[in-house]
Amino acid sequence: MDSNNFLKKTQNFLHSNPNFVPIIVLFLAVSFFGIVVGEKFFSPFNLALIVQQVSIIGVLGIAQTIIIITAGIDLSVAAIMVLSSVIMGKLAVSLGLPVPLVILIGFSMASICGAINGFLVSRAKLPPFIVTLGTWSIFYSLNLWYSESQSIRSQDLDSFASGLKFFGEKIPLFNTQFTYGSLLMILMFVFFWYVLNRTSWGRHIYAVGDDPEAAELAGINTRKVLMSVYVVAGLVCGIAAWSSIGRVGSVSPQSFYEGNLDSITAVVIGGTSLFGGRGSILGTLFGALIVGVFRSGLALAGVDVLWQVFAIGWLIIIAVSLDQWIRKIAN
Amino acid sequence: MKSKKKILSCVDIVKKYGKVVALDKTEFELYEGEILGIIGDNGAGKSTLIKALTGAIDIDSGKIFLDGEEVSFASPLESRLKGIETVYQNLALSPSLSIAENMFLGREIKKDGLLGELFRLIDRRKMQKIAKEKLTELEILTVQNINQAVETLSGGQRQGVAIARATLFGTKIIILDEPTAALGVKESRRVLELIKEVNKKGISIILISHNMPHVFEICHRVHIHRLSKKLCDIDPKKVNMSEAVAYMTGAKQPRS
Repeated sequence: MDSNNFLKKTQNFLHSNPNFVPIIVLFLAVSFFGIVVGEKFFSPFNLALIVQQVSIIGVLGIAQTIIIITAGIDLSVAAIMVLSSVIMGKLAVSLGLPVPLVILIGFSMASICGAINGFLVSRAKLPPFIVTLGTWSIFYSLNLWYSESQSIRSQDLDSFASGLKFFGEKIPLFNTQFTYGSLLMILMFVFFWYVLNRTSWGRHIYAVGDDPEAAELAGINTRKVLMSVYVVAGLVCGIAAWSSIGRVGSVSPQSFYEGNLDSITAVVIGGTSLFGGRGSILGTLFGALIVGVFRSGLALAGVDVLWQVFAIGWLIIIAVSLDQWIRKIAN
Repeated sequence: MKSKKKILSCVDIVKKYGKVVALDKTEFELYEGEILGIIGDNGAGKSTLIKALTGAIDIDSGKIFLDGEEVSFASPLESRLKGIETVYQNLALSPSLSIAENMFLGREIKKDGLLGELFRLIDRRKMQKIAKEKLTELEILTVQNINQAVETLSGGQRQGVAIARATLFGTKIIILDEPTAALGVKESRRVLELIKEVNKKGISIILISHNMPHVFEICHRVHIHRLSKKLCDIDPKKVNMSEAVAYMTGAKQPRS
């Protein structure tokens, strides 16, 4: 009886504070690996490294989160990112265009890719899963065609466009070094948290994902909201593209092939519901960090990579089960 | 009642869906300050009439007048801007958003200056304050948290929030579509009281309902719709329910 009551209370609490699940999981994971692996895990260097390792997937996770809140999904985020990083790199290195200009072009191309997804979802009314499954292949093949499947070497970037590698540079902070890419990710999460919770656009995104018909009747132009979400998500992928050049150190058309799914993993572990209307952008940050902590902890414990993948798989299933359990209360 | 002026009316409205005539030269009038019931059999065209009046559908012909001036609404948004609010059967609330957010959904109060205009920052405090005042004034919520999600409310409370939202923006007319259909006895009672309360504040009400006792209890006048047009008006104090049902179903013709 008592334990039943406790479960009910927990369920209620988590329902009204959805952010707590990933925070608890992150805390448990960090404590667990801290005990098992010891000091090596807790070193400032390692913690900074974990943040650095999730800095690209984290930013893609932002794009993914705002789309999933509208009850959509975007399988093409990483493809948009790699395509625009290739465009930035190639225009700067082969054509010698100035860095600010190529960044602007890269951002625009990413936004256009997002707009294509947005048009097909909001105007042509096609299911987001199918649309982005298609555009994933389209953007990926355009990327291979434009890059001729060739990477742009780090040295070439250094001599022609070192500005593209800006986010790979490090600054000292808290007894260790953080890359600008890590800081960018954190700042973007804070910014999007603010936008989603304190602007009418942000609240409309939730309303559209929650119940599009009700949103429409309340006077929200749902098509416009959907379109804008996909364009903004595209732009975010463009920003991730710039950051990724610094992170990888070069431009590779084959990089981040699994980035689409990794970003969905971060969102789902972060507690955002795939059914839309419910979720938090900070949850995605924690979700990405949980994945990073697991990978790092298991690696430091000397566990084979395949078991890291195994563990992440279980994390996803547990996260979704938790979400379902918490949602039951709504009915 | 007849001495009062018409606030919303229409003449000869026709709406066809292919060969089906949904509105057949129907008339309609709502007087200032009254609660008007609309009753009719399923498929009689009540909903179509309301959609035509609020701009949710385009009419094929006919004229609509608001405050004596001819109007034509291209969308429900336009009619809403003129002070006609509709509370739909599904309430049009967003379950995971809070009470305050729902009351201002689509019409958020922006912060002053550039922050509000350009960045669309919303003034949450102001919205919460106004929402709370309104709900207290209408006695819908007592000590509830204005920031709790709408999905945690009961059906009657949700109906209350939807009606309170409809009164927020300088409203002249509220159209209620089956407001008590999904509610229990006690909750229905609360909603009926609420409708009367709102009406006392000078807002004209159109009530569409299948629940005869409810209609006869609170309406000043009842419009009977039959076969895509207005059949007659009745005074619920003079005509009894079974007679009204007989008119509605065609078992009896009204004396003209």
